[in-house]
Amino acid sequence: MASQHGAPPVFNNKVIAWIDYRLPIFSYIEKEYHHFPTPRNFNYFWNFGAIATVMLVLMIVTGIVLAMNYQPNSELAFDSVERIMRDVPSGWMMRYMHMTGASFFFVAVYIHIFRGLYYGSYKAPRELLWILGVVILLLMMATAFLGYVLPWGQMSFWGATVITNLFSAIPLVGESVVTWLWGGFAVDNPTLNRFFALHYLLPFIIVAVVALHVVALHVHGSNNPLGIDPKGPQDTVPFHPYYTMKDGFGLTIFMIIYAGFVFFAPNLLGEPVNYVPANPLVTPNEIVPEWYLLPFYAILRAIPDKLGGVIAMFGSIAVLFVLPWLDTSRVRSCTFRPIYKWFVFVLVIDALVLGYCGAHSPDAVLDLGLIKVPLLAVARVGTLYYFFHFLVLLPVLGKIERPLPMPPSIADAVLKKKAV
Amino acid sequence: MRRILVSGAVALAALGLGAVAIAAEGHIPLKHQHWHFTGPFGTYDRASAQRGFQVYKEVCAACHSLSLLSYRNLTELGLTEAQVKGIAAEVQVPDIGDDGSAIERPARPSDRFKKPFANDLAAAAANGGKAPPDLSVIVKAREGGADYIYSLLTGYVPNDKLTPAQIKEFAVGKDDNFNLYFPGHRIAMPPPLTDDKVSYVDGTKATLDQEVRDVVEFLAWASEPHLEARNRTGIRVILFLLAFAGLMYGVKRQVWADKH
Repeated sequence: MASQHGAPPVFNNKVIAWIDYRLPIFSYIEKEYHHFPTPRNFNYFWNFGAIATVMLVLMIVTGIVLAMNYQPNSELAFDSVERIMRDVPSGWMMRYMHMTGASFFFVAVYIHIFRGLYYGSYKAPRELLWILGVVILLLMMATAFLGYVLPWGQMSFWGATVITNLFSAIPLVGESVVTWLWGGFAVDNPTLNRFFALHYLLPFIIVAVVALHVVALHVHGSNNPLGIDPKGPQDTVPFHPYYTMKDGFGLTIFMIIYAGFVFFAPNLLGEPVNYVPANPLVTPNEIVPEWYLLPFYAILRAIPDKLGGVIAMFGSIAVLFVLPWLDTSRVRSCTFRPIYKWFVFVLVIDALVLGYCGAHSPDAVLDLGLIKVPLLAVARVGTLYYFFHFLVLLPVLGKIERPLPMPPSIADAVLKKKAV
Repeated sequence: MRRILVSGAVALAALGLGAVAIAAEGHIPLKHQHWHFTGPFGTYDRASAQRGFQVYKEVCAACHSLSLLSYRNLTELGLTEAQVKGIAAEVQVPDIGDDGSAIERPARPSDRFKKPFANDLAAAAANGGKAPPDLSVIVKAREGGADYIYSLLTGYVPNDKLTPAQIKEFAVGKDDNFNLYFPGHRIAMPPPLTDDKVSYVDGTKATLDQEVRDVVEFLAWASEPHLEARNRTGIRVILFLLAFAGLMYGVKRQVWADKH
C-alpha cells in the first residue's frame, strides 16, 4: 500500500484491492482518515470531537448489554436494575459505565461546543456542520432524559412527570399532547415502555447525524485555533499519524478521569433519591434533572409564566441554530478578538451560575456575607444575560470590535512561535 | 490556554463558596465517621458487618425488609455455607407445595430475605400508616450515605431534654420521637438501638455506638456488595491507563518531532 497526496491509493493486498475496486471503502478511509490534510496547529481542545465519538460508541455498547437484562415494566424496572448491579456478572461495571458515561459524554460535548464558540468554528463555510451539531445536542438531551427515567426511581418518575408536563403549556392541545405522550392519564407503565423503546432508538439516530456531521466536516476540513484557512501543504499535516496519536493521548487522559468516577465515585453525580423506588404518592423535596441539564432547567424556572418558561428553555437551544448569522464578525478565532474573547468566558460563567441556580430551590437565598440574594433573581439575571449575549452582544460587537492583526498563514504563526 | 483554565477555576471557586453559603443554613452537619469502606482501597470490615447482620436480624428486621438480598449473599461477609444454611433454615417462608396448596417451609440460601410484612399495605397498617423503608439500598438512597444513617441512629434526643422552643418550633407531641438529623426532626421510628440492645456472639461490647457502626457497615455492604471488586478493578484500570497515557505521550512526541 503506497500513495501520495491526492493520488488514488494502490493496495498490495489482493483481497483489499478486489473489494476496494467494487466498494471503495478502503480508499475512503485512506483519503479521509489517513492523508486527510488537517491544520498543523490544533491544541488539545480539538481532541473532544474524537472523545465524544468514543463516548457515543461506549454508551451504545454498554447500553445494549444493559438492555439484555433490563425489564421495561413499572413493577420490575427498579429491581431489574438492582439485579444487574448485584447478580449479573460485571453488571455493576456496565451500569456504572453507562450512568457515568452519560455525564462524561456531556462533558466532552460541552467542551467541544465551547471550542466551537471560542474559535468561531460555526462560521462560513461550516454553518451546516454547526447546525448538525446542535441537532446532536438536542438528541442527546432527549436520550439522556429518557434514559434517566428507566431505573424507575423517585427522580426518574418525578422528572418524567415534570418534563412531560411542560408540553401542557402548549395552548389548546397541551393537555391532549401530554396524555398522548404518557399513553394514559399519568406517568405509568405505558410511559416507561415507550421511553425505553425511544431510548434504544435515539442513539442510532445520533449516530446517523454524527455521520452527517463528519461528512460536513470533511468538505472544508477542520477549523483551527487561528481561524484562518490553510493555504497549502506547509499549513497541514496528514490526519494519521499526527492527529490519531494526539487524539489517542488526549482520549487516554480523558478516560483516566472517567474511570476515576466509574470506579471510585459512580454515584457522586447522581441524586441519592433515585435509589428510592418510584412512588406516585410521594413527591421528593426537590425535583432536579441531572447536572448537564441544570442551566436549561434554571432558564425554565426563571420565567414566571409556564408557557414563557418553556419557550425560553427551548429558545436557549434554538438560538444556537442561528448563531452563525448572529455573529457579524468576519474573524473566526477569539485569539484575534480582544473584546469578544472575554465575553465568551462571561457566557461560560453565566452557564455555570445558571446551572447552580437550577440545582437549588428557586426559593433559596444566596448568602454572600454582605448581601443576601434570592436565587430566583440570580437565575433571572443569568437568563437575561444568556439571551443578551447571543441576540445583542454578538451582532453588535462584530461591528464595533477591531480585530488584532492576523498572521499570513498557519505555518508562519507556528514557526514564529517556535523561534521565540 | 492558561487563561482559560484560570477563568474556569475562578468560576468554580465562586460556585463552591455559594454552595457553602446555602448548605450552612438550617442544617446540622452530619457526624463524619471513618469507614472501612471509603477511599479507593476501601474494603468491608467483615467482623463488623457480621455483627451488623446480627443487629439487623434481631432488631431492624422486625419492621424493615431487605428484599434485594438473598441468604446466600451472606457468604460474601465471610460466613460459611453451613452457617448460611443454618441462618436460612431458622426462617419459615411461604411457598406452594407439590399439590398446589399454600405451605410454609424453612428458607434455603437461594431465598430472598423474608419480609417482615406480607405486603406494603400490611406494613403501613402496622406502622401508623407508612411502610418502613426497605433497607437494601438505603445507604445509597440518602444524602450523606453512611454518615447520615450513623447520625440518624445516634441522633435521638429524649423529649424531656428538648427546650420549650424546640418543642414549639417542631410541634413535638408526647408520642413523637425527636431526631436531630431527620428532615423535620419528627420521625415515626422510635429509637431502635440502645446500649446492650443485642448481645454480640463474638463478645464485643454492645454500646450504642458499636451497634450503629456495625449495622451501618452491614447496610453499606448490602447497598453496594461489589464495592471491593469495583475498587480492585478500578486500580488496575487506572494503572493501565496511566501507563498507556505515558506510552501515547511518547508516541505523540515522536510523531510530531519534525513538525514543532
